[in-house]
Amino acid sequence: MSWGDFKDVAAERRLFQRRALVMLLLVIAASGLLAGRMYYLQVVMHDTYKTLSDKNRVQVQSVAPPRGLIYDRNNVLLAENRPVFSVTLVPERIDELDRTLERLQSIIDISGEDLERFRRRLTEPRRPFQELPLRYDLTETEIARLAVVRHQMPGVEVSAELVRYYPFSELTSHVLGFVGRINREELQRIDPVNYAGTNYIGKSGIERFYEQALHGEVGYQHVETNARGRVLRVLERENPEPGRDLQLHLDMRLQRLAFKLLDGRRGAIIAVEPDTGGILALASVPGFDANKFVTGISVADYQDLSTSLDKPLFNRALRGQYPPGSTMKPMLAIAALDSGATTRNRTIWDPGYYQINGNGRRYRDWKRTGHGWVDLNNAIAESCDVYFYDVALEMGVDTMQSYLSRFGFGEDAALDVSGALSGLLPSRDWKRAVRNAPWYPGDSVNMGIGQGFMLATPLQLVTATSVIANRGRWHEPHLLREVKGGGEASDLLPRGDHSNINLKDPEDWEYVVNAMEDVMHGAKGTARYAGRGADYRMAGKTGTAQVFSLEEGEEYDADEVRERLRDHAMFVGFAPADDPRIVVSVIVENGGSGSGTAAPVARSLFDAWLSNFGEGGPVKQVTAIGGEG
Amino acid sequence: MVAHGLFDATTGDGLVPRKSWWSIVHIDPWLLLLLVILVTGGLFVLYSGADRDMAVVEAQGIRLGIAFLVMLVFAQLDPAVYRRWAPWLFLAGLTALAAVLLVGTGAKGAQRWLDLPGLPRFQPSEIMKLVVPMMASWYLSRYYLPPGFRTITVALAIVLVPMAMIGLQPDLGTALLVGSAGLFVVFFAGISWKLISAFLGLVAIAAPLMWFFGMREYQKQRVLTLLDPQSDPLGAGWNIIQSTTAIGSGGMEGKGWLQGTQSHLAFLPESHTDFIVAVLAEEFGFVGMMVLLGVYLLILLRCLFIATTAQDSFSRLLAGALTMTFFIYIFVNMGMVSGLLPVVGVPLPLISYGGTSVVTLMAAFGVLMSIHTHRRMIGA
Repeated sequence: MSWGDFKDVAAERRLFQRRALVMLLLVIAASGLLAGRMYYLQVVMHDTYKTLSDKNRVQVQSVAPPRGLIYDRNNVLLAENRPVFSVTLVPERIDELDRTLERLQSIIDISGEDLERFRRRLTEPRRPFQELPLRYDLTETEIARLAVVRHQMPGVEVSAELVRYYPFSELTSHVLGFVGRINREELQRIDPVNYAGTNYIGKSGIERFYEQALHGEVGYQHVETNARGRVLRVLERENPEPGRDLQLHLDMRLQRLAFKLLDGRRGAIIAVEPDTGGILALASVPGFDANKFVTGISVADYQDLSTSLDKPLFNRALRGQYPPGSTMKPMLAIAALDSGATTRNRTIWDPGYYQINGNGRRYRDWKRTGHGWVDLNNAIAESCDVYFYDVALEMGVDTMQSYLSRFGFGEDAALDVSGALSGLLPSRDWKRAVRNAPWYPGDSVNMGIGQGFMLATPLQLVTATSVIANRGRWHEPHLLREVKGGGEASDLLPRGDHSNINLKDPEDWEYVVNAMEDVMHGAKGTARYAGRGADYRMAGKTGTAQVFSLEEGEEYDADEVRERLRDHAMFVGFAPADDPRIVVSVIVENGGSGSGTAAPVARSLFDAWLSNFGEGGPVKQVTAIGGEG
Repeated sequence: MVAHGLFDATTGDGLVPRKSWWSIVHIDPWLLLLLVILVTGGLFVLYSGADRDMAVVEAQGIRLGIAFLVMLVFAQLDPAVYRRWAPWLFLAGLTALAAVLLVGTGAKGAQRWLDLPGLPRFQPSEIMKLVVPMMASWYLSRYYLPPGFRTITVALAIVLVPMAMIGLQPDLGTALLVGSAGLFVVFFAGISWKLISAFLGLVAIAAPLMWFFGMREYQKQRVLTLLDPQSDPLGAGWNIIQSTTAIGSGGMEGKGWLQGTQSHLAFLPESHTDFIVAVLAEEFGFVGMMVLLGVYLLILLRCLFIATTAQDSFSRLLAGALTMTFFIYIFVNMGMVSGLLPVVGVPLPLISYGGTSVVTLMAAFGVLMSIHTHRRMIGA
């Protein structure tokens, strides 16, 4: 208070009031400036900033269509889509990938394999900002643990994805094939727009063949995202068009039975409905768990599968090319009759071997003592080799090749079975081109019993047998039966272009079918044990394919040969003989004889189909499988 | 005459105000009402800015409660007490600032906190926002006003020394606020316009020197970013681009409470602290901004009124300086968020989430209420 008493209090107040007024004006001016700035931003430039803001948050995302389901003929679900939770990373949004990976490893269980697979995918070409999966099939605990720390790790997402699941696992792996993540080559091939949201593509089987139909059409959604790219809200959505649901001719009961019949062995079974060509069962045993391939199989598992002696990845039914052996005899019989190389009445003497022009190399009959006098019927029923050596030589390679090609040998005649091989139907030109050698008569002799150069797949055998069952009518084998929810199977199925086989004398069909019936029911039929006790007539032909060829005069005993060098047991047939509803081909690798091993398998399938499974078949108890013969 | 109308209060000496209940508890009802309105509205904006995090709102509510208590306590003390204590508080503050520079703790490369044993952790620079204008007012009010050149020089030293110490921490925002609080005292004291012009000229010369010798790299960056935010859209420019986008996209009426996409989608950084006004602008639009500015202006007017009606020079200078400091908060914060000023760490007063500034601000209002309600009853 030392100065205050002498101060001009009123003057100081006035001075302060003047200054306060200046400040008031300053405050008003500055507030006006702020208000003006706000007006400029919010009113004048509003549209610009609104656009900026929308651009900030609204993104267009693709919505992958749900993949079409696959059913068997009885609407049993064979391929479905299951939600699987996985951790995905968007590398573009992650600053320090290594640290993020390390951190994730401390939170959830990530194997070295997961990491390796992730790093491999990192190097592969991909769409920018595409999520890369790190670990699949998270447990609920793991999802919860991730949820706690997720906000600290931009670019790391837990995503639910619909992943293909095959409930029957190995039973259907060789039919359906499987889907897997889109790889480098596929990326070049696919429509980038339609696959914008899709991570999986059919790799084999039905999944591959009907990829387009199963995939569907991509949809779009406008989503609101935050600065870290996390989707918060869907603003607008154009739904994807789901993939088509497919129904196959396959009957899961028959398929399961086929697997059971081949259990513990290696082999293939194909069953076809002759009226349509629909494939009722297609088994290649052993199979593999296709589910493992969907999300990426581990190197170790793949190693196991691919190096296994049993070759589970190998589709024997479509790609197994075997010397067809005696199963070729019915087709060759048709060829021989129609070409005039033999007649129904002609008989020859079988001493147990055959010699071209009565001398030189002896071509052995499987029955060393010979069949004696045989006609064509006996030659089929008892599988007489000498008779067929004779007619083969008579026909020559050109005639045989021409007839056999009309049965679908040497080509992939199936309509929608991807990956089927063509076997080998030899010809003069082929031998000249590949072996650089002329065609010898001995080659024809060998061809007469389905040996030599001739190779056929089980699918080709069932196809050819089906033509006989249909008395020359062609129905190309195929899997697709119906497109669910409207739409014809024929919309998707390629059209078959095989013309029916018209014989000069259609009675020849009945003759050959009759001989095949004698295989099953005749007194000397090779598969008479398998045909015993049936209340229907079946027609068939056994076969035995040599795994290695025997030198002339060499004797061998199947038991002495190492198991894997034993003959392949084969059988083709159909039932009922006069009105076939099922045609099968069976091959049991190293199974020994066709009559002992393969024919009973076919009999079980016939019984099951005609009495239990098949539509309109006699509803009778299945009789016991015929004795081993 | 309506007692305690906004602008109808008595003009001090000579007239005797009616001794009302409000002056017994030393509270200015108008200021209190305006503050309550501001703070309540602010909590709603904070709820949105913190992305519906109720914990943040509760913490802020508790903090505001404490701050109101502090205000009440400060309002009870007679202005004479502040005047008596000003030099000692100032000395203590300078010591604390020196201590911060020597042994302080902090984060992000700045030392701001003092962690003394037996005392709660505190920011001495925050207290200086009150103490520096007090000290300057104390010093200047001892002399005839307008002050002479030497007095002004000493007063400027009183202001600039702590300001420089805070700037060294470095805490540009607080230094700015403390400095302006002190300079406003000098201005209100009646520094001649010639000197003001000379001072401004000096600043104009000093600015480039500051640029080349005084400013740290990140501070330079902020200025550069202001001039051209697009030069570094994902780095330094991000904040300004996102906040102006938030404000601009709000339009006339805003997107609605809790509907702001910029802030809720995490595009807007610091959406519940320094950049909270962008949330308000986005969700309540130009209308909301004008309401906010209006409430602030009413508070400022009331405070300026309190200042002009104060009974002695010390109270006048102090009240005027505190009022204008409050305005500097508003202007710097809004200017920064709307892209008029470089990014400086100044919160939106009483709305931004954050502890110390709320308390010091409310303490300042307590001082203002004290000045207004402790009137010498001459002739009563």
